[in-house]
This record gives sequence, C-alpha cells and structure tokens, in this order.
Amino acid sequence: MDRQGGHLETAAAGEGGCILRLGGRLDAYTVADLWPRALKVLETHRETPVQLDAGEVTYCDGAGVALILDLLRRPRTPPVTLVNVPDKVQRLLDPFDAAALAAPPPPRAPRQGVRRRLGEAIQGLGQGLHAQVTFIGEATAALVHALLHPRQVRWGDAVLIARRAGADALPIVGLIALLLGVILAFQSAVAMKQFGAEIFVANLVALSLLRELGPLMTAILLAGRSASAFAAEIGTMKVNEELDALTTMGLDPLRFLVVTRILAALLVTPLLTLFANLVGLAGAAMVLLTFDIPLVTFVNQVSQSVSLTDLAGGLVKATVFGLLVAGVGCLRGLQTRTGAAAVGEATTRAVVSAIVLIVAVDGVFAVIYFHLGI
Amino acid sequence: MPADPSHTGPVIQVQDLTLGFGGRPLLEGLNFDVHAGEVFVLLGGSGSGKSTLLKHMIGLYEPLAGEVRIGGEVLTGSEGAARRRILRRFGVMYQSGALFGSMTLLENVRLPLEAYTRLSREAMDLVARLKLQLVGLAGFEHHMPAEISGGMQKRAAIARAMALDPGILFLDEPSAGLDPVTSADLDRLILRLKDILGMTFVVVTHELPSIFTIADRVIMLDRETRGIIARGAPAQLRDHAEHPWVRRFFNREATEAA
Ligand SMILES: Nc1ncnc2c1ncn2[C@@H]1O[C@H](COP(=O)(O)OP(=O)(O)O)[C@@H](O)[C@H]1O
Ligand SMILES: [Mg+2]
Repeated sequence: MDRQGGHLETAAAGEGGCILRLGGRLDAYTVADLWPRALKVLETHRETPVQLDAGEVTYCDGAGVALILDLLRRPRTPPVTLVNVPDKVQRLLDPFDAAALAAPPPPRAPRQGVRRRLGEAIQGLGQGLHAQVTFIGEATAALVHALLHPRQVRWGDAVLIARRAGADALPIVGLIALLLGVILAFQSAVAMKQFGAEIFVANLVALSLLRELGPLMTAILLAGRSASAFAAEIGTMKVNEELDALTTMGLDPLRFLVVTRILAALLVTPLLTLFANLVGLAGAAMVLLTFDIPLVTFVNQVSQSVSLTDLAGGLVKATVFGLLVAGVGCLRGLQTRTGAAAVGEATTRAVVSAIVLIVAVDGVFAVIYFHLGI
Repeated sequence: MPADPSHTGPVIQVQDLTLGFGGRPLLEGLNFDVHAGEVFVLLGGSGSGKSTLLKHMIGLYEPLAGEVRIGGEVLTGSEGAARRRILRRFGVMYQSGALFGSMTLLENVRLPLEAYTRLSREAMDLVARLKLQLVGLAGFEHHMPAEISGGMQKRAAIARAMALDPGILFLDEPSAGLDPVTSADLDRLILRLKDILGMTFVVVTHELPSIFTIADRVIMLDRETRGIIARGAPAQLRDHAEHPWVRRFFNREATEAA
C-alpha cells in the first residue's frame, strides 16, 4: 500500500451488498484514478446496498471531499451509506449537503426561443439607432457650445490628442501614400507608354489622389489608429466607472471627452490629407523620372490638370470623414458594456462602423459633387 | 498534515529581502519565517508595501537583494520545472480579485484543475462547485465576474486560489469590501482549513476583529523606517508594543498616518 497514494478496495457484504473502502491520501492528483473506479463499483451494484468506508483515509482535501460527495449524491435506492468517517474528514464534509448537489447548478438564463431572440435583436437595433441619433444630437450641441464658448474647451487635451492622432500618424500615412503614388503611376505608365502618352499619368495620379484616394486612405488610417484608440480609452474609462465619476462631478463626458477628440480630428484630418497628397505626388514623380519625364514637366502637367477646387473638394471630404471617424469612435466607447472583453468589442465595432461610414459618405459626396459640377 | 511531509522547518523563509522599484528600496533587509499551519498577517499603512512584499513572496517580482524560500526551496531566481513545482504549492488571491473576465465563475475555478490534474470534466466541475459553495457562492456558477459585486469577486478569487488545495494560501485584503457577516464567515473558513488541512496562510488585512480572530502572528511594515516595526501575536502587540503607531492601531484609535 502506497503511503503517498490513495487506494480503493471492495469487499462483499450481506444481502449481495458491497463495501467500498477508500483509504490513503485523497487529493486532486490521487482521486483522478480512484474516481472512475469508484463509479464503476456503483454501476455494478446498481440495486444492492453499497457502504462507503472511509476509515483508512489518512489525508483528504477538497478533491477527496468531492469524490465522497459525488458517490453520496447519486440518486439510487438504496442510497450509498457512509461509515467509519474519521473526525477530520467529517468536519470537511459538514458544510456540504450531498442531496443538494444532486441537481446541477441553476443555469444563468433560461434558453430563449428563436422568436424571443429575434424580437430582442430587432429591439436592440432600434435602441442602437435611437442611441446614435441621440448621440449625434448631443454631440452637435456640445460642439456648437464649444465653438460659441471656446474658452471652455480643454484645448490642452485637444492638442495632445491631435498630436497622437495627427503627428504620430505621419510615418504610416506617408508610407502608404508613397506606395499608392508609386503603384498608381507605375501601373498606368506601363499602359500609357504603348501610346506614348506617359505624360498624362501626371493628370491621372493627381486627380485620383486629390479627389478620392488621398482623403479616403487618410480616413481609413485614422479609423484604424484613432477611432479604435478613442473607443478603447473611453471604453476603459466607462468600465472603471470614470465616466460615472465625471457625471457626478457635474462634468459632461460629452464635453469633457468627445468634443476634444472631435476637434482634434477636425484639425488633423485635412492636414494629414494634404501631406498624403504631397507624398503620393512625390512617389508618382519618382516613377515618372524613370520614364524620362523630368520633374519640371511633371509639376507643370499637374498644375495644369488639377484646380484648387479639386484640392479643396478633397479636403472638405476629408474633414467630414475625420468628424465621422472621431464621432463613431467616441460613440462606441460610450456604448461599452461592463467587463474587460467589452472594451475589445467596442474597439472592433468602432473601426468597422467608421470604415462603413467612410465608404457610404464617400458615395454621397460623389453624387453631391457631380450635381455641383465640381 | 503539512503539505510536504519531507520538509521540516518554516514553510516560508524571507531572508535579508530588500525590495523596491527602479533601484529605490521600499523595504530593506526584511527577515521573517512563516511556520506550517499558521496564519501570518502582514500589516501596515496603505502604501507601505504590503502588496509588493506579497508579490515578492510569491516570486512575481525579483528583489533588489535577499531571497525567499518556500518549503525549503529557493523561489527567488528559480526557473523551469523547479519553479513550477514551487508555484504549485501555493494559491494566491490578488487584491483586485484578478478573475478572468471572459470566463464564468465555475470556469475560473476549474482552470487550475484543468492545468494540473487528470480529473474528468464532471469531477472538475464538482470540485469547482464545492469550492464556490465554501465561499458562499452556490448558485452563481454560471455568472460572469462582471455580473457580481466586488465582494463576491473576491470570494470567487479565493475559491480559485483554493482549487488545488495548496498547502499555502496568500490572500491580499480578502475581507476588504465584504459585509461583517461574510467577513466573519471567511475567517471561520480560514480557521477551519488551517485546523483540518493544516494549511498555512499569509494574509494582508486591516480588519481588527479579523486579525484577532485568525492571526497567529503579525508583522507590521513601516514606510518611514523601511522595515518591520513590530512583530508578534496580536494580543501581545496590543498590550506591549513600544511603537505608538502600533499601539494606536491595535487600540483602534484614529491616526493621521493611516
Ligand atoms: N509596479 C510598481 N512600480 C512602481 N511603484 C510601485 C509599483 N507597485 C507599487 N508601487 C509603489 O510601492 C508602494 C507600495 O505599494 P503597495 O505594495 O501596493 O502598498 P500597500 O501596502 O497599500 O499594498 C506605493 O508607494 C506604490 O506607489
Ligand atoms: Mg495593497
């Protein structure tokens, strides 16, 4: 008999019954082997009495207690009886009621039918829409208030956020813009070369960058970098009850957190877009140099082919994108539920919603600009 | 019944331990032993370094100097299998509870069992249920940590720390945020586990009634002198401590230092 291990023996008793002897050390490691063997004994003596003899148990902890209780809780007639319990084991068993353990723990929420869940989903959609409209209204009011009372805006925070969302984004925006300009120029130059029209690559790249790709790409990068950051920051504050603290201090989270972020985004998006446009054009110029088009010719061609309206139209679009990205980031942050996982969820939702919004609004802009003849 | 019959002597030995952050010592030259089967309480004003000392005792932080031995084996600087063997000897309840937010309470308590034992799923569930029942959380098995109160989270964290029935349990402010009745239940639980299983406890707590109920010995840390200003049994400190702060603490007078 191993002193460090646990052991289990069976012996016959009267009336076809059986004595199940548990002994030795019963802990989380030893009961792993004993448990299935003990259940097997109960299985083979389904209708005859079983006595559980714990007389030889030398050490028993929570796992041993669990084993004993598991044998006792099985609903069977006659039930398992426990004999020869050492005093120490009995005191460990005392707090538990084997009969109460026969039932599984109550489930958290009763399973709902499909209709109920569908109804709740639709209701959730409605509530989400309601929350968004409310947010847009409140945020607009807060922004207007901020513009009317610029002294009340926390400009220090806004500048800090602008630096994180803007200046810190320059490397990645520059990299993607350069790549975009190079690829765009190279692909079209190869095709145009067949017609000896490489020079018109400048028109193509300048127009598409300034009107579409510059603003769009900047906004998508802003969504990835800053909408997520805003949602995570505000979401974490919500989880930590910091938003509640602000509210009870009489500070409106909307003015305190959202306005600064939206102002920062409004400030940096046009600048970032301008930067992206320039770097993209530089990339295109580099490619065209290899097609024997000198820099002077390229600059000349660009300045003839695009107008200030093209540039301004793109920048206006970018500013609206910035507003949307910051707004939806903050909204998802404010909508965070409780728990650590909720922050991750809010971040994901912020990025996805921001990109969907950007694409949709870009379509709207295309229609408006077309009718305005821009 | 000590957890490891082959080791006699103190289960935890703290030797010349100096700890701090960024090279600046917070506590210097600490020396104390924790004996098998006792409840050892760490006291001190807030910010005196109780949690930090606890985290050094469980090997989470490396000290600036000195070492910590658990069951005779050096934890400080240990690695690999040797370290894992030492880690398995104790359970920890962190000050914030540190439950995994994406798992139910039952799953939280079951996790150590899944990692270290070969029990069947059903058996693990039962062990986890019993642990939750012990801390008064029967019926909350399928709740997420975010859905229960802070006090309940602490109790669930204790249940998780006890999942493997370790020989040593470290508890960082277990009764903070609990109502007096639940807090007294917790004290009774600690005493029962100490009595029946011979478990050793290292507890950070400020609750005077709790200290007088459970503590065999206490040490009191001081931020000013960066050391231990008092040690001994609670009753002895109440009546005979030299340091005025210690006497005031045990006689429950309001102090400016707390
Ligand atoms: N990770 C850390 N880095 C730097 N300083 C810390 C860190 N954790 C705690 N401290 C500092 O150590 C001191 C003691 O903290 P702590 O151990 O949490 O105190 P308490 O006794 O209240 O549990 C505090 O002054 C705290 O600022
Ligand atoms: Mg602490």
